[in-house]
Amino acid sequence: MSGVSDFIARPRTIGETWVWLTGMGLVAALVMIIGLFGFICYRGVIVFWPTTIVELELSQEAQERFGLPEKIAGRYLGESPRVAWPSTVDEMRPGGGLPEKKYFIGNEESYGSRFGAFTSDEVVARTKPLNLLVAERLEFGEAFLYPVEIKLSNGGAISADSPDFLTLFREELNQINQRRKAIQRLEKVQIGQISWRIEKLRTEERGIRRKGEPVSSSDAARLERIEEELSGLENRYRVFALEARSLRELQGASHLVYRLPHGELDEISLDKVNRVYAPNRLNLWQKVRLYVESLHLFLTESPRESNTAGGIFPAIFGTFVMTVLMSAAVLPFGVIAALYLHEYARQGPLVRLVRISVLNLAGVPSIVFGVFGLGFFVYFIGGGIDSLFFSERLPTATFGTGGIFWASLTLALMTVPVVIVATEEALAAVPAGLREASYACGASKWQTTVRVLIPGSLPGILTGLILAMARGAGEVAPLMLVGVVKLAPSLPINLVPPFIHLDRKFMHLGFHIYDLGFQSPNAEAALPMVFASTVLLILLVVVLNIGAILLRNHLRRKYTTDTF
Amino acid sequence: MSIDAPDFPIRAELPETPKKVEEQDERFIEVKDYSFFYGKKQVLSNLSFDIPERQVTAFIGPSGCGKSTLLRSFNRLNELVENSWQTGDIRIQGESIFSKNLDVISLRRRAGMIFQKSNPFPKTVYENVVYGLKVAGIRKKAVLDEIVERSLKGAALWDEVKDYLHENAHSLSGGQQQRLCIARVIATEPQILLLDEPCSALDPIATGKIEELIHELKKRFTVLIVTHNMQQAARVSDRTAFFYEGKLVEYRNTEDIFLNPMNPRTEAYVSGRFG
Ligand SMILES: Nc1ncnc2c1ncn2[C@@H]1O[C@H](COP(=O)(O)OP(=O)(O)OP(=O)(O)O)[C@@H](O)[C@H]1O
Ligand SMILES: [Mg+2]
Repeated sequence: MSGVSDFIARPRTIGETWVWLTGMGLVAALVMIIGLFGFICYRGVIVFWPTTIVELELSQEAQERFGLPEKIAGRYLGESPRVAWPSTVDEMRPGGGLPEKKYFIGNEESYGSRFGAFTSDEVVARTKPLNLLVAERLEFGEAFLYPVEIKLSNGGAISADSPDFLTLFREELNQINQRRKAIQRLEKVQIGQISWRIEKLRTEERGIRRKGEPVSSSDAARLERIEEELSGLENRYRVFALEARSLRELQGASHLVYRLPHGELDEISLDKVNRVYAPNRLNLWQKVRLYVESLHLFLTESPRESNTAGGIFPAIFGTFVMTVLMSAAVLPFGVIAALYLHEYARQGPLVRLVRISVLNLAGVPSIVFGVFGLGFFVYFIGGGIDSLFFSERLPTATFGTGGIFWASLTLALMTVPVVIVATEEALAAVPAGLREASYACGASKWQTTVRVLIPGSLPGILTGLILAMARGAGEVAPLMLVGVVKLAPSLPINLVPPFIHLDRKFMHLGFHIYDLGFQSPNAEAALPMVFASTVLLILLVVVLNIGAILLRNHLRRKYTTDTF
Repeated sequence: MSIDAPDFPIRAELPETPKKVEEQDERFIEVKDYSFFYGKKQVLSNLSFDIPERQVTAFIGPSGCGKSTLLRSFNRLNELVENSWQTGDIRIQGESIFSKNLDVISLRRRAGMIFQKSNPFPKTVYENVVYGLKVAGIRKKAVLDEIVERSLKGAALWDEVKDYLHENAHSLSGGQQQRLCIARVIATEPQILLLDEPCSALDPIATGKIEELIHELKKRFTVLIVTHNMQQAARVSDRTAFFYEGKLVEYRNTEDIFLNPMNPRTEAYVSGRFG
């Protein structure tokens, strides 16, 4: 029962012998994509999961070697062999090659470093103290501490021994955090609005004065009115500033007295604490709640401590606004160009040359577009706008410096070939019968274009836009030249008039990742944020794409063109 | 239903000779020494004949002989082909369609066209019918509603689609789509209907419906129809023109051309011996 019968039972299709190779190719590609994506997602998602904190007792040598006290607390990060190269020229590093456990030890201001790595004989004892607290601070990162008491602003105190100490502590913190937000609102929005008006009036005043002597009577009257308004505004400004100051004073009033693991007592103003929790006493439900809370803060807050802590909301928002602006610019631009190329231009060598050039434009390195954007948009057009419309403000540049508008236009220019090619293909795919039907009904060329060709090719056009968005949203290099910054003081769209500030510099997730991971002096502390930001950038691109795909499918159903 | 059935009963299916109405113009359309070229290739050569008003004139001939090209000359749709040109003249009611002061858009409104492959727009039934009106700038809803009903009734489609006016036209059957295209054309009140093999993609029942419709339509419109189906030409047309390699071979009353063809080529073609 072998040989011939087997062969007949499983005939091989002649000429299909290499099919498995194509399958292997696909499998390899899938494994790489899923592997990379899975790794990034895993590392990005676990960032906010609360883990236990252990207390370590260090050996005498270790204390001397690292300049640390005898007891420290830390979050376990992982194990790897200790690098053996000499720490100074004449001395080999002790314990080189041995496996060392790495910890995040917090309390940077006391220890001088946020991380420590110890071999097994450098650690004498490991415990999991239940009353240890993690305090997320606005400066110097996390602190691992034992609370002693809270000194309240009214002179009272809450002892750490009281059973509902943590609840009371949280209430107090909550109050302070609310107040901090109120102060921020006051300063950013209310005072911001007033400063904006003052700035505008001052600019106008400067403009009038620049006309030189003699001042005409209408100008003189205007100047007087400006003066009046200015003094009114300045009074209101003073009122708000006073209010902000008094709130600020309240902020600094309560303090937490605590003990470090080795016993040293210290004190911190509650205004400097963002959040506290007891990591070793959490049940699963509390951990999940804490996780969701951290995620929420990450998505909605501004970054702190040179971006290694806090949230990344400005970067998400900046990326989103930039991508939307880019789409708004690239779509009409690309579609109009493609319409002319495909419908109106006389087909010939010139049009072919233009088409090839457009295709090649898609292959130009993005940094070249960045340089072009800087030279053309920022310096030439932006500088021109400044000298025409904002000459009162010079030498301070308004549009003559990088900003979200120029960045969007630069990316639009970079991605326009994608849209042109997709639109041309979509136009070519509109059935010739529909075109003829439209002409035969007495429609002009323009009417045919608007009523038949564009609706019929919308799904294809949107496919082009999806590709353009996917490319544009993740692009970083050109942005560095035309307006992205690592920390923008305010958002491109906010509550301060004129509400939409297209001239502003902005933050971008892609640049954020680059800056955190590779430019930060504290790269180690930034690593979790890098992963979390990467996951977010991928998610943002996916969400934008899904939105566009849904829109396209909707249109496709609406403008289905297959007959019979 | 094809030309290789040689001895079909022509007489039984011939239409009655239409009663001549007083004001019917025998020379409604005049083709004068008309030649047409795609680039260097000549497709029509020196055609000269007249088409009477409000009758059905059929164009027959083997594939590639230029029937569609001729039909598309009447509404100047051929102009869309790059490098095409023509000599000679075509006149409708004495006015040249190539004259400088004639607006091609108004010409296309006067001579509506129905294509071989039905081509409704991927819009609603209603939007399809009003397309020609909307591009002509008619916006009043009441007017449009009325014309939609009248046109769909004129295309014998009203009863079938009156409840689906706002559904996508592509959900209609092939035959309904073709009648929708007819409704779309007659909505703009043309004088001439140009039908290019309107039934070639339809089954016999749908074909029958369209043929009946043509009988109705010729009361109001001058109908020019291209067909490969000899029986259809015999059934629906009053006059028939036979073309061969871009030349007009024979052009007479339909009855005559099918019963006593004068040219041996015509005879061979209508009896199905070549095609
Ligand atoms: N757009 C065009 N460009 C160049 N040549 C064309 C074009 N359209 C048609 N022709 C040529 O003109 C000739 C006549 O074509 P036409 O479509 O008028 O023939 P027809 O009689 O309608 O044929 P059929 O019965 O197959 O529809 C054919 O030889 C065809 O190859
Ligand atoms: Mg044809």
